[in-house]
Amino acid sequence: MAQFRTCPDTGLYFHKSAESLIKANAVAAAVALLVAGVLGLLVVLTRWQAVHLLPADQFYMALTAHGIDALIFWIIFFEMAVLYVASSVLLRSRLATPFWGWVQFVLMLVGAIMTNWAIFQGNSSVMMTSYAPMQAAPHFYLGLILFAVGALIGCFVFFGTLVVAKQEKTYDGSIPLVTFGAVTAAIIAVFTIASGAIILVPTFFWSIGYISHIDAEMYRIVWWGMGHSSQQINVAAHVAIWYLIAGLVFGARPMSEKVSRSAYLLYILFLQLACAHHILVDPGVSAEWKVFNTSYAMYLAVLASMIHGLTVPGSIEVAQRAKGFNNGLFEWLRKAPWDNPVFSSMFISLVTFGFLGGITGVVMGTEQINLIIHNTIYVPAHFHATVVTGTTMAFMGVTFFLIPVLFRRQMILPGLAKLQPYIFGGGMTILILFMLGAGTLGVSRRHWDMDFTGAALGFDYPGMAYTLMGIGAFGGVIGVVGGAAFLLITVGSLLFGKKLEPSAGLLQSFGVPLAASCYTDERPAILPRAAAAEGHHGSSFEAPGTFVLALVLLVTFVVYYFINWKYLASVWQLS
Amino acid sequence: MKETSDKPEKDQEEKIPAMQTLIDNPFLLLFIGVAMPTVFYLIWGIMEIVTIPVAP
Amino acid sequence: MTSFMPPAERIWWKVPVGREEIVWILIALTWCLIMFFMMPYWHIYGKQNLSNEAYQTTPAKYGAKVQEGIDQHKVGEEAGVPIVHPPAGSDVYMLGRLWQWWPILELEKDKTYRLHLSSMDWQHGFSVQPININMQVVPGYEMVLTVTPDQAGEYGVVCNEYCGIGHHTMVGKIYVKE
Repeated sequence: MAQFRTCPDTGLYFHKSAESLIKANAVAAAVALLVAGVLGLLVVLTRWQAVHLLPADQFYMALTAHGIDALIFWIIFFEMAVLYVASSVLLRSRLATPFWGWVQFVLMLVGAIMTNWAIFQGNSSVMMTSYAPMQAAPHFYLGLILFAVGALIGCFVFFGTLVVAKQEKTYDGSIPLVTFGAVTAAIIAVFTIASGAIILVPTFFWSIGYISHIDAEMYRIVWWGMGHSSQQINVAAHVAIWYLIAGLVFGARPMSEKVSRSAYLLYILFLQLACAHHILVDPGVSAEWKVFNTSYAMYLAVLASMIHGLTVPGSIEVAQRAKGFNNGLFEWLRKAPWDNPVFSSMFISLVTFGFLGGITGVVMGTEQINLIIHNTIYVPAHFHATVVTGTTMAFMGVTFFLIPVLFRRQMILPGLAKLQPYIFGGGMTILILFMLGAGTLGVSRRHWDMDFTGAALGFDYPGMAYTLMGIGAFGGVIGVVGGAAFLLITVGSLLFGKKLEPSAGLLQSFGVPLAASCYTDERPAILPRAAAAEGHHGSSFEAPGTFVLALVLLVTFVVYYFINWKYLASVWQLS
Repeated sequence: MKETSDKPEKDQEEKIPAMQTLIDNPFLLLFIGVAMPTVFYLIWGIMEIVTIPVAP
Repeated sequence: MTSFMPPAERIWWKVPVGREEIVWILIALTWCLIMFFMMPYWHIYGKQNLSNEAYQTTPAKYGAKVQEGIDQHKVGEEAGVPIVHPPAGSDVYMLGRLWQWWPILELEKDKTYRLHLSSMDWQHGFSVQPININMQVVPGYEMVLTVTPDQAGEYGVVCNEYCGIGHHTMVGKIYVKE
C-alpha cells in the first residue's frame, strides 16, 4: 500500500519510498561534491603557477577525480533526486518500483566508489575523457559502467512513475512544465548512457585484454556522445529548476506553456547534436557533418535556450508586477528577495549560464573559431560557467528549499546562507573570466606546468598569461570557500538543525523513512490544473524589463561573436 | 497554493492538436530524442570515419 | 497557478502567445540563422578553414614518411631534434609521440605547405603558440593542413592534449623565415 505524507508548510505530498530515495541520492551527491571541491582546490592551487602545489602525478590524478566526481557523480546523483521529485512529488504519485529505485542507488554508489578507488590507486590518471589508446585500470571503466546502468534504471523508474501517475489519474490535464523539463533531461540521459555503453563496454574488455584494439577516433566520436550529452542533461534539468524556483518563490506561471514546452522540444530534437563541438579539429570528418551537428541543426537548441532566457525571468517579472512592483522597468527585480538563497542562487545561475556559459559555448562551437580555442583553458572556463555557476548553483538553490521541506530541518547559519550564493557565484565568475582570458592567450588545459620545466625545447607564455591564471585561481579559491559554506550549511542543518514537525532524526536525514505515524494510506487529492490566468493582454509587453535584459544579452552575444571572427582572421591562413 | 476545480469545461470535447499530443507523450519524445542524435551525430559520424581513405 | 502544476487549459497549445515572446523568438531565430550561415560563408570567403583531408595510417607507415622527410631536407639540429627545411609548396611531415614533436620545421613566410600530422602512440594536441592554432592529433590517422604562415618568427608547438606524466615537457618548434 502506497503511503504518503503531506508537508505542513508547502502542501507537497511525499511518497514514502520516493522520499527516502530522494534523500539518499541527494546525500550521495553532496558527498561527491565535497570530494570534487577538495580536489578542485588542489587543482587551482597547482595551476596557480606561483603556488604550484602538487607534483605532476598527483596533479593529474586529482584532475581526473575532480572531473569525474564533479561532472558525473555529483550531478547525476542529484539529477536522480530531481527526477524523483519531478515525477513522484510534483505529480502526487507513488513511485513506480521502489525496489528498482534502490537498485539504481546501489549500482551508482558502487560504481562511483569503484571508479574513485581506481583513480586513487594511481594508475588511472587518464582524465575524465580516458582517450584510447591511453589505458586505465579495468575497474575504472567497470565503475563507470555500473554507474551508468544505475542511472539508466533511474530514468526508467522515472518514466514508469509517469505511466503510473497517468493510469492512476493523480493529476488533471498535461504534466506540469517542470516535470516536462525532467522528461527532457531523462530522454537526453537515455541517449547519453546508450553512447556510454557502446564505447565503455568494449573499452573495458580492451583493458582486460579481450579486445586488442580500440580505434582512437571512433572512441572520440562515441565517447563524446556520452561526454557532451551528459552535460546537456544538466541544461534541461537546471532550466526545469529555474522554472520550479520561479514558481516556488514568486508563484510565477509560465508566460506561455506552448512556447516553453516547444523550446524543450527543440532541446529533445537538437541539443545532443552538439557533441560535435569536440570533433571540430579532428582528422577526416567532413565540413558538412561538422556544420550541421555543431550548430544543433541551425542553432535551434540555442534558440530554445534564448527562449528560456526570456520566459524564466519574464514569468518572474509578470508575477512581481501583479504584486504591485510596477514602477519603471526594473522595480520588480530590485525588490526581488535577494537575501533568499533559493532565489539568489537561481538568478545567478540564470545570468551566468546565459552571459558566460551560453555565449562562450556557441562561439567556441563555431566550426572555424574552434581552431583558436580547442583544448585551451578557455574550454574548462566555458564549462565551469555552464556546469558550476549554471547547473550547480541551480541545484544548490533547490537544496536550500529542500532542507526544511524534505529533510524537515531548519537551516542553520541563515546569515551565511544569505551570502553563500554571492561568495560561490562571485568566486567562480572570477575564475571563469580570467581563465577565458588565459585561454585566448593559448594557455593549455590539463597541463601541469606552463613553464615547461624539463622540456628540451622551450616556449614562454606572455607574462599576462601568468597574471590571468593567478587571478583566476584566486577566484577559484573564493569559489571553494563558497562551496564549503554550502556544504557546511546543508550538512550541518541535517545534523544539527532544529527539527521541524514531523520530526526527522539523524538516520532520517540519510534516507530512513520518518516515523510510521507521519504517513497515511490515503491517496492524495488529485493534482488540479492551475487557475486560469487573469487578463492576458496581448497587445502590450507584459515583461518589458526582461525584454530589455534579453536585448542586452543579444548585443553582448553579437559583439563577442564577431570579435572572435576578427581574431580568427588574424591567424595563419589555412585551407 | 491556489487551486481551482470549477473552471469552465467547454473545451472538453475539442480534439487535442497533434503537436500537443506529441509533447504530451513522453515515449514518442524518447524515441525521437534518441533517434535524432543517433542518426545525425553517431551513425553519420562513424560513416565519415570508416570512409577515410588509406594513406598512399 | 504555477510552473509545477498542470497547465490551466486542457488544450494549452491553442492559447495565444504574447507579443513579447513572438518578437523575441523572431529576433533570436534571425540571429541563429546568421550564425549558421557564417560558417559556410567563411568556407567561401574566409582564409582559415580546415581541408578535412585525412588518411588512415599506422605509426610504422607514418614514421617512415617523417624519416624520409628528415633525410631529404635536414638542415641542422637543435637539442637533439632535427631541423628540416622543406621546399615551398611541398608536403611536410611532423609527428607527435611521448613526449616530443618531431622534427623541428623551418618554413618560409607567405609560402604554402601541406602539413601532415599524426601520432605514434597516444592522442596529442598540436597547439602552435603564440599564434594559437590548435589541432587534435590522433594515432592511426594522418591529417593534412594546407597552411600559409604569414608572420615570421619562432613558434612553440605545445602539446595540449593530456598524454601522461611527461605531457608538460612535450614542446616542439616551428621557425618561419622571411
